[in-house]
Amino acid sequence: MMVDGAFIIEKSVVIVVVFAVTMIMAMYSTWAERKVAAFLQDRVGPNRAGWGGLLQPLADGMKLFSKEEFFPNTPNKFLFVVGPAIAMSTALMTSAVIPWGDKLHVFGRDVILQATDINIALLYIFGVLSVGVYGIMIGGWASNNKFSLMGAVRAASQMVSYEVAMGLSMIALLMMTGTMSLKEISLQQQGMNWNVFYQPLSFLIFLICSFAETNRTPFDLAECESELIGGYHTEYSSMKMGFYLFAEYASMFTSATIISVLFFGGYNYPGMQWMVENVGVNIGNVLGMVALFAKVCFFIFFYMWVRWTIPRFRYDQLMHLGWRILIPLSIVNIMITGVVILRHQIAAYFGF
Amino acid sequence: MSIETISLSGRKKMVSNKEMTFWERLYLVAIVKGLFITLKHLFRKKVTIHYPEQVREMSPVYRGQHQLKRDEQGRENCTACGLCALSCPAEAITMKAAERKADEKHLYREEKYASIYEINMLRCIFCGLCEEACPKDAIYLTTSKVLVPSSYEREDFIFGKDRLVMPLDVAIKNAQLNNAN
Repeated sequence: MMVDGAFIIEKSVVIVVVFAVTMIMAMYSTWAERKVAAFLQDRVGPNRAGWGGLLQPLADGMKLFSKEEFFPNTPNKFLFVVGPAIAMSTALMTSAVIPWGDKLHVFGRDVILQATDINIALLYIFGVLSVGVYGIMIGGWASNNKFSLMGAVRAASQMVSYEVAMGLSMIALLMMTGTMSLKEISLQQQGMNWNVFYQPLSFLIFLICSFAETNRTPFDLAECESELIGGYHTEYSSMKMGFYLFAEYASMFTSATIISVLFFGGYNYPGMQWMVENVGVNIGNVLGMVALFAKVCFFIFFYMWVRWTIPRFRYDQLMHLGWRILIPLSIVNIMITGVVILRHQIAAYFGF
Repeated sequence: MSIETISLSGRKKMVSNKEMTFWERLYLVAIVKGLFITLKHLFRKKVTIHYPEQVREMSPVYRGQHQLKRDEQGRENCTACGLCALSCPAEAITMKAAERKADEKHLYREEKYASIYEINMLRCIFCGLCEEACPKDAIYLTTSKVLVPSSYEREDFIFGKDRLVMPLDVAIKNAQLNNAN
């Protein structure tokens, strides 16, 4: 690959745009969460700050910034600060490998709409997601508070349990796609060849696990207010608290994006090929980005919808679901996928 | 009719401890059903009253702050009989009677009047029994939307005559309105 000035500028622009979009989406997810919650409960939600309460996230941020920065009597102030920082950075790092579109043709060159196309993108995502739990663990431990510690322990064990099922459900998908690059997975789903039609079980397991990974209801035992006050962020205040809350919404956005890319065709929409050939590369791909965004927004809405529908699981139910249902189910799914992929060889082996 | 089948409300349901089927144990069907119930609420009419712009309609029998009435000549109706204090279930009303002097005929309608009339607003429950007990039409619960303003001192919640008696100009205006009709 040739590295020149234009390449660096191009990538910088893509990275800045992706970063900004992730931040804005996380910001407006807080607004959307409150609006969806209100509408599902026959209320109207925030409507004072700006039209329809659209300036509410700014007001919330300003409020958090102006709050007192409280430090508990903790033996390790450094880790207390590092906790939210890890949570925030891991939530934002995942978006680096997501293909937001195929390519744009501007200034006489093809701009690939992805920060980086690495061939182990899926492994990278799993790695970063696993580091995310350290933010919660370190924060909960450094708070020097029993409730925080219990929240952190719960979060850690929940994440570890559900990562296994999540990884196993991915294996079935990988056997089918044969690649870990998200760009190639997107390309394979051209037209309506969405993976969800071929791997519905894998999708279901992945969806349930991503609820657990993002610590959203019905799996939000780590911050369950009725038992643990605030869980791991009990002792946090001001913008450090804001970072934890923000990280939750940022990771919700990235996991909604991953679901859309892996199972719902990413930026593909029916007739994209025709649009690119007949109308133009740019228009076709901008529409693709819009399609991806529509899918992402739907899944963010779905997260909220589920949150305000299903009550929280009990801890033993959570572990039961993870270890005794989802993991065996994903292993069965792997075996079924293997049999379907190798059906010709198996038939030949038995002499059909 | 046997005792098992009697149902006075008509909504009696037998408790069943039957084993859940496979699909019920998956909970997915129940979750999808629940999701559609919440989705229905998404499009339902909202019950919120946007307060400063919209105000909830008051009940026709709304009872607000008390007022001691004056008659059409601006004289106080109250004769300090004490029936309101007697009827008050919260024991919020106290008063002290005094005899009207010859030069006070324009101030008080009866020969006896309340020199002190106090309602403890922290005790008052706005039941309106004082209004019903009054034989002189002297005390009324108004439709004023101001109930009791907040304050730091307990003494501020004991309303004296200065805050209870109807202002003189209002009484005169009322009299003029009545004459005009």
